[in-house]
Amino acid sequence: MFLMPVYVMVVNSLKPLDEIRSGNLMSLPLTWTLEPWRTAWSTAQIGVQPTGLKPYFINSFLLVVPSVVISTLIGALNGYILTQYRFRGAHLLFAAMLFSVFIPYQIVLIPMAKTLGVLGLAGTVKGLVFVNVVYGIGFTTLFFRNYYDAFPGELIRSARMDGAGFFGVWCRILLPNSTPIIVVTVIWQFTNIWNEFLFGASFSDYSSYPLTVALNNLVNSSTGVKEYNVHFAGAFIAALPTLVVYLMSGKYFVRGLMAGSVKG
Amino acid sequence: MRAGALPRLLISPSALLVLVCVYGFIAFTFYLSFTPSTLMPQYEWAGAVSYTRLLSLENWSVSLSNLQVFAGMYILCALALGLGLAILIDQKIRAESAFRSIFLYPMALSFIVTGTAWKWLLDPGVGLERTVHSLGWEGFSFSWIKDSDLAIYCVVIAAVWQTAGFVMAMFLAGLRGVDTEQINAARVDGAKAWQIYLRIVIPQLGPVFVSAFVILAHMAVKSYDLVIALTNGGPGRSTWLPSVFMYQYSFTRNEMAVGAASSVLMLLAIAAVVLPYLYSEMKKVKHGG
Repeated sequence: MFLMPVYVMVVNSLKPLDEIRSGNLMSLPLTWTLEPWRTAWSTAQIGVQPTGLKPYFINSFLLVVPSVVISTLIGALNGYILTQYRFRGAHLLFAAMLFSVFIPYQIVLIPMAKTLGVLGLAGTVKGLVFVNVVYGIGFTTLFFRNYYDAFPGELIRSARMDGAGFFGVWCRILLPNSTPIIVVTVIWQFTNIWNEFLFGASFSDYSSYPLTVALNNLVNSSTGVKEYNVHFAGAFIAALPTLVVYLMSGKYFVRGLMAGSVKG
Repeated sequence: MRAGALPRLLISPSALLVLVCVYGFIAFTFYLSFTPSTLMPQYEWAGAVSYTRLLSLENWSVSLSNLQVFAGMYILCALALGLGLAILIDQKIRAESAFRSIFLYPMALSFIVTGTAWKWLLDPGVGLERTVHSLGWEGFSFSWIKDSDLAIYCVVIAAVWQTAGFVMAMFLAGLRGVDTEQINAARVDGAKAWQIYLRIVIPQLGPVFVSAFVILAHMAVKSYDLVIALTNGGPGRSTWLPSVFMYQYSFTRNEMAVGAASSVLMLLAIAAVVLPYLYSEMKKVKHGG
């Protein structure tokens, strides 16, 4: 039951179109073909040109990699400061970041569109990186704060005795011991940003669409004959990177989800 | 340690970004909802006109009642299925981790992919209905997605499929933390497995229920991608949710103030659920819990 949708996607992406129309979705292909994959990847019509999903796949990578790196670094830094240093308003700041995780993004769409316009980032991948970093700060800070909160304080105190400064403690004590939470944060941010749709649909144009938006255009706006097999192949291409990450790091992924389930 | 200049300096960009891009933007949208903005933002004060207009729009009341059906069914089914799967996996079955992976993997997919896959599965012309027909059961009918009274349940099915594994993971973590002494005592007294779950285990899962409920409820209000990919709001407007309404009115119908007003109401709905929850969690943190 749980595997059916993916089974259906894979099986039907390997069939010629008339076999889908005459047969049923559950049966294995009579003639196996990679043509739908080729079409979805490089010739399907999405924008003005029949480019396939390839340029959008690249867009998604150009979007995801910097967004994940930047937001993870910011989260690690914030988590460090919020747990090791006391200053007025720290609690309030953390609470404000925490609540930002839950806001419906509809409430920031209009002003963000205007802001990106003013900054000259409207319709660019850079603009989307900015947006995803901003709204990722809450998640990444939460992860690192909770992790560093449970970190043995003696280690940090003794490093300070030895004269380690702000960056000394961070780079030599905290970061080398942060691998589990870094992995969790990276997986979490990677899946979230790769799968993100609303910002992509609102702030990008034909040249900067992420893959989710391109896939939706392919599936929903194609005129004429519905090429189910191409759509299935496209959907699977869009799902592949996060599935690979998930399969490679299943254990961490579960832990990441648990951390995502918020313990203040 | 008290923060000197450097830590303060380093955290201030984040603080500023959150302050401006979250709270500043919320304030901006809030203000917009009291202006006569249409295609472009306008800044003169118009009072609550757009709210009265919003509440009189049939598209809005349809979106709201769809959300009620969707959120209610989605939260209920995801909780029930998640708990069921967690209890199933908790039985020390063989290949536990394989099952866990199978239940969880939909979480790795985007709602657009999920929507695309289920769109064809639920389409009577190509999907399940055709498959059952070709197996010989000609009278079988499953065309909910084409039926404006039932299409919203298709969104529920796909959404539950996507998140049930996540809820399962939360419950599983909760189950593993349950006090085993009581269970052993009950077992000695000859209690049946289902009695143990009903009387001892599930009552201890209260906090997990609350967390899962808060997360599912806020996801239900935010849901947008799945509807767009699965039904695009149709047939008619039978799967419109407030999120779809907001996008339509803000960006394609040139009624920005009404769109802004609708997003303010969405935020208030989420805040009503999330703020009390966060408040109690923060209190636990302060008291070192």
